[in-house]
Amino acid sequence: MKVLAAMSGGVDSAVAAARAVEAGHEVVGVHLALSRMPGTLRTGSRGCCTIEDSMDAQRAANVLGIPYYVWDFSERFKADVVDDFIAEYSAGRTPNPCMRCNERIKFAALLEKALALGFDAVATGHYAKIVTDAAGNRELHRASAEAKDQSYVLGVLTAEQLAHAYFPLGDTPSKTLVRAEAAERGLSVAQKPDSYDICFIPDGDTKGWLAERVGTETGDIVDRTGAVVGSHEGAHSFTVGQRRGMRLGTPAADGKPRFVLEVRPKENTVVVGPKEALAIGLIAGSRFSWAGLPLADPSTAFECEVQIRAHADPVPAIAELVDGELVVTPGHPLDGVAPGQTAVIYVGTRVLGQFTIDRTVSAVPVDA
Amino acid sequence: MVYLDHAATTPMLPEAIDALTAALAVVGNPSSIHSAGQQAKRLLEESREHVAATLGADGIEIVFTGNGTEAVNLAIKGLWWQRRTDAATGAARTRILVPAGEHHATIDAVEWLRAHEGAEVTEIPLDELGRVRLDVLAAELEADAASVALVTMLWANNEVGTIQPVDEVARLTARTGVPLHVDAIAAYGQVPIDVHGIRRATDAPRGAGLVALSVSAHKIGGPAGIGALVLDRSAAVEPLIHGGGQQRKVRSGTQDVAAAASFAAAASVVASRLDADADRMAALRDRLIDGTLRAVPEARLSGDMSAAGRLPGNAHFSFPGCEGDSLLFLLDAAGVAVSTGSACQAGVPEPSHVLMAMGRSEADARGALRITIGHGSTAADVEAFLAALPAAHAQAARAGLAARATSFDR
Repeated sequence: MKVLAAMSGGVDSAVAAARAVEAGHEVVGVHLALSRMPGTLRTGSRGCCTIEDSMDAQRAANVLGIPYYVWDFSERFKADVVDDFIAEYSAGRTPNPCMRCNERIKFAALLEKALALGFDAVATGHYAKIVTDAAGNRELHRASAEAKDQSYVLGVLTAEQLAHAYFPLGDTPSKTLVRAEAAERGLSVAQKPDSYDICFIPDGDTKGWLAERVGTETGDIVDRTGAVVGSHEGAHSFTVGQRRGMRLGTPAADGKPRFVLEVRPKENTVVVGPKEALAIGLIAGSRFSWAGLPLADPSTAFECEVQIRAHADPVPAIAELVDGELVVTPGHPLDGVAPGQTAVIYVGTRVLGQFTIDRTVSAVPVDA
Repeated sequence: MVYLDHAATTPMLPEAIDALTAALAVVGNPSSIHSAGQQAKRLLEESREHVAATLGADGIEIVFTGNGTEAVNLAIKGLWWQRRTDAATGAARTRILVPAGEHHATIDAVEWLRAHEGAEVTEIPLDELGRVRLDVLAAELEADAASVALVTMLWANNEVGTIQPVDEVARLTARTGVPLHVDAIAAYGQVPIDVHGIRRATDAPRGAGLVALSVSAHKIGGPAGIGALVLDRSAAVEPLIHGGGQQRKVRSGTQDVAAAASFAAAASVVASRLDADADRMAALRDRLIDGTLRAVPEARLSGDMSAAGRLPGNAHFSFPGCEGDSLLFLLDAAGVAVSTGSACQAGVPEPSHVLMAMGRSEADARGALRITIGHGSTAADVEAFLAALPAAHAQAARAGLAARATSFDR
């Protein structure tokens, strides 16, 4: 088939492209330009978007002997990922921009353009597996490399998107092997550092970056009774579960550390309380999608596992579709859950689907 | 492969390759005093004279540079530094008059002078065909020529091929006593260039009117890595590179004899058949434009369509609803090499600032494609492009919709 290999300039996407070539596909490498004004050189652990990264991708394509192009998605990326990121934070929610990028850019704008230009699939260096069942339906599964598994950030993909997605690294047991393979293939990016940070925040200072765009405004930090216990420079720079950076003058009555329990952007207020109060006993949301075939009857309670962050452990849970809302009761309380986060539902290694958390219910009664 | 991107670079002429390889085999630094050095010097100066002859200049007026961009930088920065203060009165003379839609070599050099050296930049608008607005330029010069360090402009636009009224601007600057630099990199080899002729015809006083003109070897079938600044005897520039004092002390550094010999060989060949080549290219270009507009009636030709107003090798279209990079990709896959025409960073096509300066929409600028014909182009090349275009266009139009909204949106 005709494969468009999305090449970020990192080692994973380079090896993914190499494997697509080796599998006999007709492969074209494409680097996504996501910024109108890219930096010149790579800094820190940022893994894409500089001219150096684009050149790394091109050199990898040269080694593989495939054509290489840069496509400009900077406008779409700004509208759908960067502005969305700012809006979500402003609304007191904690978004995952990588997930948005997969949902709206790589497997939407890029995929659509690729299909229109005659490609059959988009290959990326994500660690996740696509498994085809006996009837030919595609399922999304966790990668063999457990530590690198990225099925969470792909949980937003629908059956239609999965039909054209290709993840050549899904079966590889570890990233070490991918690096070794890159070195063996003569790819110069074999030892390039992993990227951890948000690609559009070059110095990794998310708080400072947001403050520049959302502005700062002094507001109250209150406890669960509403008593003011401190002040802050903008509610958007807090996330639920956060402990540091609040500079609370008066200690809690019991002397225990306090955590961010809730962010109320409209009132510019941050609510803090003891760690126990973070425990969430139920999460629910009405914006959900199925990764592949939906369950035959999701309104009958079913056993699953729920994962609420890219690197969180999955937790056994019971899920149920009630009046258009997915309601998930974890087997034990979840920590640090914020509205706006994505919950991905697994059955075994299979990604069943995902939803955006709209509401949560505390696992313990509220009594200051 | 069908190569229709001759404005980016064009194949080296056999004469230029022969001259290069022959000269590479000869030892000698032209600055050395011994016989070997003298031999090298002779070849270098003969080459300089040959290049000069194709530009209506004398050998001494040719300063070889590393490329066209260096020549442009030397002219703009060198003239500006030389003239930033009026020596007689001590008054500041820091303005640069520059048309919109120039090449990035000019835009970025001028912008650097503005940001770091205190130059004042006055942008002269273009009309809808891409020609500089002479009335605006004339008004600026007549209002206050004493504050102007220099005027710099393209001879012909590298994207849309529009030829500028160089004679008129040379006359204006000669009359108002301001030096003019012309970036003739895109025009060289396609239209006749006669620096002395223009200076005579415009009664240019010393140091004013057309005093500097940039060209590049690889655009005419010479090697990449050598350009030249024609610098009139009466014009002084501050050097960018200091050292051994070669080339009128304007551009120090050991000179590349082989590149100069190759440049000269290409220049001589091109000059000897300029008229015939221009007619041949224009005929191919007209067939290409006609065929394109028949195949894709909604395509819009950019620039000046009059014979005297456009480079003979240039065709430039906007395809509404398409992205230039999709068209480029599909044509490349079909074996036809063309360009989106605009500047690239990391290979990213930006919406063309030239089309924007001509008053076109960003959508028009995004769907732009430049097809350029060169000395080796044939009718078969043009037919191959026309054969590949309809399918590529239909597919790019479908992909164009994906850039805005996708069926995967929810």
